[in-house]
Amino acid sequence: MNVNFKIAKTHLLAKPKQTLVAMLGVTFGIGMFITMVSLMTGLNNFTEDLTKIASADIRMYKDITEPRPTLLDKINPKAVNLVHSVKPKNESEKIRNALQIADLLRRDPEILGVAPRLTSQVFYNFGPVKLNGSVAGVDILEEDKLFDLNSKMKEGSLSALMTTSNGLIIGSGLAKKLSAKLGDLLILTTPQGITYSMKVVGVFQLGLGEIDNVRSYANLATVQKLLGKDAGYITDLNIKTTNYREARGKAEKIQAMYGYKAEDWETANSTLLAGAIIRDIMTYSVSITLLIVAGFGIYNILNMTIYSKMKDIAILKATGFAAKDVTGIFMTQSLIIGLFGSLMGLVVGYILSLLLAQVPFDGGDLLSIDALPISFDPKFYLIGIVFGVATTAVAGWMPARKAGKIDPIEIIRGI
Amino acid sequence: MKQILLKTEGISKYFHDPQTFQVLKSIDLEVRRGEFLSLVGKSGSGKSTLMYLLSTMDMDFEGKLQINNIELTGKKPDYLARFRNEHIGFVFQFHFLLPEFTALENVMIPALKLAKFPESEIKKRAMEKLDILGIADQADKVSSKLSGGQQQRVAIARALINNPLLIMGDEPTGNLDSVNSKIVFDTFRKLTQELGQTIIAVTHDDDFAAKTDRIIEMKDGRIL
Ligand SMILES: Nc1ncnc2c1ncn2[C@@H]1O[C@H](COP(=O)(O)OP(=O)(O)O)[C@@H](O)[C@H]1O
Ligand SMILES: [Mg+2]
Repeated sequence: MNVNFKIAKTHLLAKPKQTLVAMLGVTFGIGMFITMVSLMTGLNNFTEDLTKIASADIRMYKDITEPRPTLLDKINPKAVNLVHSVKPKNESEKIRNALQIADLLRRDPEILGVAPRLTSQVFYNFGPVKLNGSVAGVDILEEDKLFDLNSKMKEGSLSALMTTSNGLIIGSGLAKKLSAKLGDLLILTTPQGITYSMKVVGVFQLGLGEIDNVRSYANLATVQKLLGKDAGYITDLNIKTTNYREARGKAEKIQAMYGYKAEDWETANSTLLAGAIIRDIMTYSVSITLLIVAGFGIYNILNMTIYSKMKDIAILKATGFAAKDVTGIFMTQSLIIGLFGSLMGLVVGYILSLLLAQVPFDGGDLLSIDALPISFDPKFYLIGIVFGVATTAVAGWMPARKAGKIDPIEIIRGI
Repeated sequence: MKQILLKTEGISKYFHDPQTFQVLKSIDLEVRRGEFLSLVGKSGSGKSTLMYLLSTMDMDFEGKLQINNIELTGKKPDYLARFRNEHIGFVFQFHFLLPEFTALENVMIPALKLAKFPESEIKKRAMEKLDILGIADQADKVSSKLSGGQQQRVAIARALINNPLLIMGDEPTGNLDSVNSKIVFDTFRKLTQELGQTIIAVTHDDDFAAKTDRIIEMKDGRIL
């Protein structure tokens, strides 16, 4: 064993209490970091999962809220044109050539699937009950590719929809409110006053109340007929990409290419996801604060140790230890404190995370979880130990360097 | 005529605090291999200051210092640390030992630093040194638990561990009773006579000085 290390070890073991206190400072900081980051990341992932249930990576639609260029602007694009009282036009929400666009998009290797959709507000009538909701006309196979609908089916099947032209797959909440069962006939009324009788062929449950309570799926052609539109009438194209993390950039490209609004899932759910950033900031600021406190603790303890070990340092230097050896001895102490403190912190953080994972958490309508969602990503344990050791290295550096610079003669003469 | 081991040429040293004052005035000194030399003089005459220079711990002076024909002035601190470690043993007035370590470990540490031999060999040699000083039986005691005389003997054993060219003592018996003083003196005597060790010792004890090979007297920063 290296003699510097041996001396560092002996110093630490000679004052076990002080050493332990210094380690516990780091343990506390790292333990908190792990616990918080595990919980916050768990919650972030959970929110993300929630938004992913209902949102495609990218949704393409016609944005009729975009300011409409005036005729003057078209003729005179470079000039400053002032046109007052521009009224909105009754624009169709139709995506022109939607199916051709979908085919083109499917050829893109970065795109896994494209599902066309046409949604209409409807009233569901079943016996005396009348409920407001919406019906989504879809190509059920494409829809399944994007949202994994098959696994969300509680009753009935997707294939039943394909064989029944007036078939309807309804949300579980809707089914409950209407007391509708498989095979029941519902009367759907559109805002235009058209009524249509549809047969329940399935019940789905996404786990999101806001959808399960109002939505139903029907064949695209049926909804087109319901709205009195032609077979090319499609308002939305939902797109699944190979890497949903990069959906934003892809959306911009698609928008530029086809001229229709393409919105990625993060933008669509930005209010929901904003919490993630705040949670991350909180986690890191609290952890860094704790670590700085621990760092000051180590700085103090090391300073005290060095002060009480002046004589020893003088002896070491007199017997041939160089400044870098002495600095090394105290840096080693600091790093040992950091390493063991961090390791204990990881254990503490892991145990606390395990405990948190037991805490009951009522997701309300959001079923599927009954305890707090906790992330056990090993990445954070690695960050934790790097953080802990780095803090102690920084905290220890100044006192250790000071120790190396001590002039032995001053100490020897002083006695 | 024996070989010259240590040589100084015109060493002068100043302190600037509180005011500039010359502690050492043009010191020329030659020490031969195997000599047992005592340095005497009134308190404040500059003996300790000279010893710190000769031991390379303080290199802030004018003039030249050669040990074993190596010019040491102008050498880097790390070089000097290594040189001290290998070639110089220092014994202080107060038994400076590392309190958390055993007597044996205290003796071993400079050799572990030098790392010329494996630890087992160093341990064997350290035991030999402790045996020479007659305290082998105290080897495994924590040094802070030893008596003053025993601690000083451990310190001497430590000074010997790397078989240095030169042992220096700044009043090594200044803090010891007559029995322990005699043990230390006899040890030094034996080391010089039997092992050809070179020793320079500052002392206030006239009897001690009288029995050494040569006495150097200092007064007001000069050698008389
Ligand atoms: N660091 C210092 N700063 C200023 N003066 C010092 C310092 N160290 C020693 N002196 C002075 O130098 C002189 C010689 O001191 P020292 O070498 O310790 O003498 P001795 O060991 O012979 O008693 C004394 O007058 C002492 O006060
Ligand atoms: Mg003195």
